Amino acid sequence: MLNETAAAILKESKKYGWVLEPDAKRLFAEAGFDVPRFEWVRTEEETVAAGERIGWPVVAKVVSPDIVHKSDAGGVAVGIEGPEAMREVFGRFKGIEGFEGVLVEEMLPGMELIVGGKIDQQFGAVVIAGMGGVGVEIYKDTAIRMAPVTGDIVESMIDDIRAGSMLRGYRGAAGVNIGEFKKLIVEFSTLIVEMAGEIESVDLNPVLCTEEKCVIADARIILKKK
Amino acid sequence: MDFRTFFEPKTMAVVGLSLSNERHPANIIFNKNYFRYPVKVYGVNPKGGMYHKEKIYTSISEIPEKIDLVIVAVRAEYVPGVLRECIDAWVGGAAVISGGFAETGRHDLRQQFEELAAEADFPIIGPNCLGIYSSGVVDSLFLPSERMVRPEAGNVAIVSQSGGILVDQMVKFAGQGIGLSRAVSIGNKAGVGELELLKYLVRDEKTDVIAFYVEGFGPGEGREFVMAASRSPKPVIIMKAGKSQEGIRAVTSHTASIAGDYTVFTSIMRQFGIVEARDEYEMVSFCESLSCYPRGIEGRVGIVTASGGHGAVAVDTCVASELIVPEFSEETQARIRGRLSESVQPIASLGNPIDLTGSAKDDDFVVAAGELSRLPDIDCIIMLLLPYIPEVTSDVGARLSQVYQEEGKPIVAYVPHVEKYRMIIEGFQLNNVPVSHSIEGAVLMVEAMKRCRSC
Repeated sequence: MLNETAAAILKESKKYGWVLEPDAKRLFAEAGFDVPRFEWVRTEEETVAAGERIGWPVVAKVVSPDIVHKSDAGGVAVGIEGPEAMREVFGRFKGIEGFEGVLVEEMLPGMELIVGGKIDQQFGAVVIAGMGGVGVEIYKDTAIRMAPVTGDIVESMIDDIRAGSMLRGYRGAAGVNIGEFKKLIVEFSTLIVEMAGEIESVDLNPVLCTEEKCVIADARIILKKK
Repeated sequence: MDFRTFFEPKTMAVVGLSLSNERHPANIIFNKNYFRYPVKVYGVNPKGGMYHKEKIYTSISEIPEKIDLVIVAVRAEYVPGVLRECIDAWVGGAAVISGGFAETGRHDLRQQFEELAAEADFPIIGPNCLGIYSSGVVDSLFLPSERMVRPEAGNVAIVSQSGGILVDQMVKFAGQGIGLSRAVSIGNKAGVGELELLKYLVRDEKTDVIAFYVEGFGPGEGREFVMAASRSPKPVIIMKAGKSQEGIRAVTSHTASIAGDYTVFTSIMRQFGIVEARDEYEMVSFCESLSCYPRGIEGRVGIVTASGGHGAVAVDTCVASELIVPEFSEETQARIRGRLSESVQPIASLGNPIDLTGSAKDDDFVVAAGELSRLPDIDCIIMLLLPYIPEVTSDVGARLSQVYQEEGKPIVAYVPHVEKYRMIIEGFQLNNVPVSHSIEGAVLMVEAMKRCRSC
């Protein structure tokens, strides 16, 4: 069953219809998933201080209940090298509709993948996995399975992804840690089944995967409408 | 739920028989079963009277015998009352032909229907359906017999949400020589749905292949269906209508946008080894193929042809369908060449496809089929038979089927379907070797075996 923190986060978020990124990250961190180090701060000074604590360069993302797709609204900045750049980003973000602060986050390397979940009307919980990032709906290079899934099923998903060989390492370029990726999807699929009554869909996009690990760099949980 | 008496009724009642309208669905159903099927039929109408010199009963309870199957063809508002009578009379099953429920806003009637179906311990199908067809046993399709095209009795069962599609499939089955065991039109599914029928047909001894035409599953119903289908030892084929409904709802996440209803459907069918037919043509090809070979293959194909062009088209189609057409070794080629007829020996090319050329005789096809049947790196053979080449005789179908009977390796044939070549076609079909009238169709038949993981 869902732990108390997760249940509380889902309940608190009902007023927005979806879960704000910092809360979604907290939910996944509580459930044992790897997320980047992050701080949710409100003022310009706090963003700079957060950047100092996390260590430059950092990523900054706007937090606003009105903005589901942050990049579309100009609410994402990556590779912020120091206080001056941070202040400039803060200046831009604070004008964004519904501004409720900034998420300052450690910048991580890795291949951008998507892991998602959806409660399908006919089949219940399903998971998707594939190539992620901003262009996810352009590549549409994902595989879909009914949840929950096992490691073997995730293997078949990687086989189905056209760029699957890149995940396994392609022409000398490093692949990702397949074991970690599988573990993430298997555990995520179980969580989706547990949350099926509360949610409509979930995007973990991107999940940043390297040869060492997979980290959920962004999470979006859309809640079920009443 | 027990469907045995439902599909194999000895007694049947048709409720709603009319004394004034011979074209009434109830009369059509009564007549076709009364005159042409072994089932004992009773007519029911509250007004009573006589029909074909037989007594019309005023209610089901008045009939002196236990009734296995009741066909209900009365106005929607009378249906709940008739179903109540069925429950009280312990009938074996009911099919409700009548429409006019939820689709016309009578949600109250639909609700009553559902409650009665849940209470009954026998299957109720419909409303708004054509009912059932059991080859040689019973036929509740309200289409006059002279208008229907009936496939032969066989081992494929079809369950369809749409009655029209069901009848169409029967026409295609007949044309293609596919045998039918049961056909069920389940209409608006207020009673029995796909899941219950699947569970029964898996055990039905007359059925080896189970085909579904679905428009959609109810909430969560799809999940139970695929779990049951994945445990089925018999191939399950499915065709879905309503593929284009995606993108109507506002989409808020990438996942919801990527995983539209049909994309999810098709992915999950594949995940559970259910063979999805994308259109009616595939449906017919898959049914024919799996009714002969209810088994899975890896998809390594050997092709035998009498024309280079046909061979090339077949290879292209195989490759596009992710089937493998491996080249035969020098040794294999030499062995085959040594056994071909003198005129063919020097001109045949044997790499795969095996092109026997326009000089090929029946014996050459038989030699090639036999050799490929014994090759371990081939798991299926496509025979592209061109009946117009001079040395091929009308025996070739039966002779090649004999190779399959002896060797056990699936053979799929292509023969142009014109009346002139019927003896060759039947030589295959009557001996359980599927025949397509197009090269693409033959390749689809191979694909069906490859996609059927649960076979």
